[in-house]
Amino acid sequence: MPADLLIRMQGIDKHFPGVQALQGAQFELRPGEVHALVGENGAGKSTLMKVLTGIYQRDAGTIEVDGKRVEVPNPRAGHDLGISMIHQELVLAPHLTVAQNIYLGREPRGRLSFMVDDKAQVKATADLVARLGLKLDPSAKVMDLKVAQQQMVEIAKALSMDASVLIMDEPTAALTDTEIEELFRIIRSLREQGKGIVHISHRLDELRQISDRVTVMRDGQHVDTVETGSVTIDDIISMMVGRTIFEESPHVPVDAEEQPVVLEVRNLSRGRAVQDVSFQLRRGEILGLSGLVGAGRTELARLIFGADKKDAGEILVHGTRVEVNHPAQAVSIGVCYLSEDRKRHGLALGLDVENNVALASFNNLLKSFGRIDTKRTAKAAEQRVEELDIRTPSIKQKARNLSGGNQQKVVIAKWLTAEMDVLIFDEPTRGIDVGAKQEIYHLLNELAAEGKSILMISSELPEILRMSHRIIVMCEGRLTGELTAAEADQERIMTLATQRESVAQATS
Amino acid sequence: MQSAATRAGSIFKSDAVQKFLALGALVILIIFFTLASPYFLTWSNAQGVFLATSVVGILAMGVTFVIITAGIDLSIGTVMTLSAVMTGVFVTNLGLPWGIGIVAGVATGTLMGAINGTLIARFNLPPFIATLGMLNIARGLALVISEMRPIYFPDQPEFNEAFMGSFLEGFGLPDLPNLFFVFVAVAIVAGFILSKTVLGRYIFAIGSNEEATRLSGVRAMRYKASAYVLSGMFAGIAGVVIAARLNSAQPAVGFGYELDAIAAAVIGGTSLAGGEGSIFGTVIGAFIISVLTNGLRLMDVPQEWQTVVTGCIVILAVYLDIIRRRRQG
Repeated sequence: MPADLLIRMQGIDKHFPGVQALQGAQFELRPGEVHALVGENGAGKSTLMKVLTGIYQRDAGTIEVDGKRVEVPNPRAGHDLGISMIHQELVLAPHLTVAQNIYLGREPRGRLSFMVDDKAQVKATADLVARLGLKLDPSAKVMDLKVAQQQMVEIAKALSMDASVLIMDEPTAALTDTEIEELFRIIRSLREQGKGIVHISHRLDELRQISDRVTVMRDGQHVDTVETGSVTIDDIISMMVGRTIFEESPHVPVDAEEQPVVLEVRNLSRGRAVQDVSFQLRRGEILGLSGLVGAGRTELARLIFGADKKDAGEILVHGTRVEVNHPAQAVSIGVCYLSEDRKRHGLALGLDVENNVALASFNNLLKSFGRIDTKRTAKAAEQRVEELDIRTPSIKQKARNLSGGNQQKVVIAKWLTAEMDVLIFDEPTRGIDVGAKQEIYHLLNELAAEGKSILMISSELPEILRMSHRIIVMCEGRLTGELTAAEADQERIMTLATQRESVAQATS
Repeated sequence: MQSAATRAGSIFKSDAVQKFLALGALVILIIFFTLASPYFLTWSNAQGVFLATSVVGILAMGVTFVIITAGIDLSIGTVMTLSAVMTGVFVTNLGLPWGIGIVAGVATGTLMGAINGTLIARFNLPPFIATLGMLNIARGLALVISEMRPIYFPDQPEFNEAFMGSFLEGFGLPDLPNLFFVFVAVAIVAGFILSKTVLGRYIFAIGSNEEATRLSGVRAMRYKASAYVLSGMFAGIAGVVIAARLNSAQPAVGFGYELDAIAAAVIGGTSLAGGEGSIFGTVIGAFIISVLTNGLRLMDVPQEWQTVVTGCIVILAVYLDIIRRRRQG
């Protein structure tokens, strides 16, 4: 192997229950380069980097650091190899101060070796923060900081380790333009110091600004590694999505105008997360809701479902104004929400398929004295298993033991049994294998054809484009536009999804 | 400027408020009982309050470490009993010097804590279950080992004397038992561990975000187990103290103390959700409980009702904690 590589990973396999997350994945990093790692959600970028940092253990493959084969059995071993990672989801201890978080696990010791030298820690943090040109109070508790500031703490923490390899997993998702500029300034100075930087991001426009090379991943596999200067963003996108999954004939657009409006939302607002959002959803329609992470899509869905309290606005179902202050009320008027985190919010993992399917409908499946009519629940479950082609040995199988795709089908079966009219899907295919995705898409189309109304939140542009009859786009809590299936393309959606307040004001 | 504002803000919002709240509540209770009973503020009654606070307080400080990690230790009451019995066995049955008896008592508690810690950190048992099991194990062992009879210390009255005597008296000062100074010393050590040492820092970090702590390269498992070892060790110390105070190891006393101790920690601002708490707060919490019990007894409130009141206070304290955290967002 060439001596000038910091990192070389080859043939990496990683399997999670129900999902082959990585398959023969490879990656290399030179000193003094910013290497962008891109791919759709679920392509395996974060998983690959977590294998490198010792958070996950690979099933197969080799890892070389500075030309030597290494094992990374735990995060500590990763640190010792000079690799540090800034995680997508913030991993800070909110009750501790900025300084305590930055030096967690590496506290400067006092006179006795088991004592923490808090003064030295605060001073080191102040120096570090000043050197990076950040504005952070070392003694402030992390829980009192804004999200962007917390992100800066993560970055400062990673940089304080003097690592030779720095991995950043979507570091800019929560940052404003000026904060991103600041981060890029820091990245450039690290590059000059000969460090290797891995930059995982969904914002392809950023890549051109900051990266030297790009590695594209798809479905857990390596697609290509190219010099950033030699390709266009379109090239990268086609490498990211270029799979055969979209070969099936595209959706049949419904003649939406003729269908009655089932759900209408007017001026819905909650804090900064959702601001003055209005839209209509018709019978038999799949309405795609697109936007970047943090645009307020899930927050909007939770407002409609009554999981959070709205500040203002109204919700109409079949033309009648309804009060939805609790998910139970939403369900009673036929609106349901299918969370992206099925395991936590969608399924009772320890219960069997039968009970999961009946979970939202027990009130309609009773016999005398309030006893559950198990004959009917079994029948309902059998019927759904058949209809939705849920692959399970029997309806007595525990939901935990099903694959991601079949778990999703069980959640859908639950709501179909409860006779819902409006289904709000939040990332319906997240964490689901490619083949199973196809089935979920097929199912969504069938549901729409049967007259159900679907609001589909998705971060995967190809998914949105392929499935939606109509697309609405959010950015920073506001609705920035609506597109018909015919006029929508990735570029138009991305333009709307990045239409920040500042930009909008400048153009209007 | 901004930093000063943030710091003031964070102090105002977090632990300090509950600490002052608890301290304020203690002062109000003392004033109330002073007015309600002429006997409350007498020296002999104050001595009784100090003695009662010492045992529950030591237990409460130990369990504070565990609660800050977002865990719980239900076994401390009966581990205390078992430790007292072991002290009795070493001193009376085996006839060893009472100094060795103290070591045996503390070691017993520490060992039980180490078993709890191993079960919870290494084998991933839920703390509630593991320590509930230990509660019964320790209770049973205490009865078996003592053959269900109290063990007295007839041969070594020095043991009782060392804790219940008062070195202050020798200086012509009020006769506050030495036991109280054991309590103060334990509090100082506990406070030091929690706020000044690496162990204390990791205990907070684990309670605040265990995953973040692990990802920072801290051997979180080991430090989590250490919290239970400390809790057991403090229960051992409490066992020695209660044996000395009663001048006997009572195998049936101790069950139920864990609830008072946990209540003291929670009243003192230790969050059951983890990440927050202090030894100072726990000490105040322990005083609140003992003052309350003592005062109500002086007012001839039946014991059953005293328990009801303590229960209400705990619920109130936890509710205040929840409101406070909700406001923090």
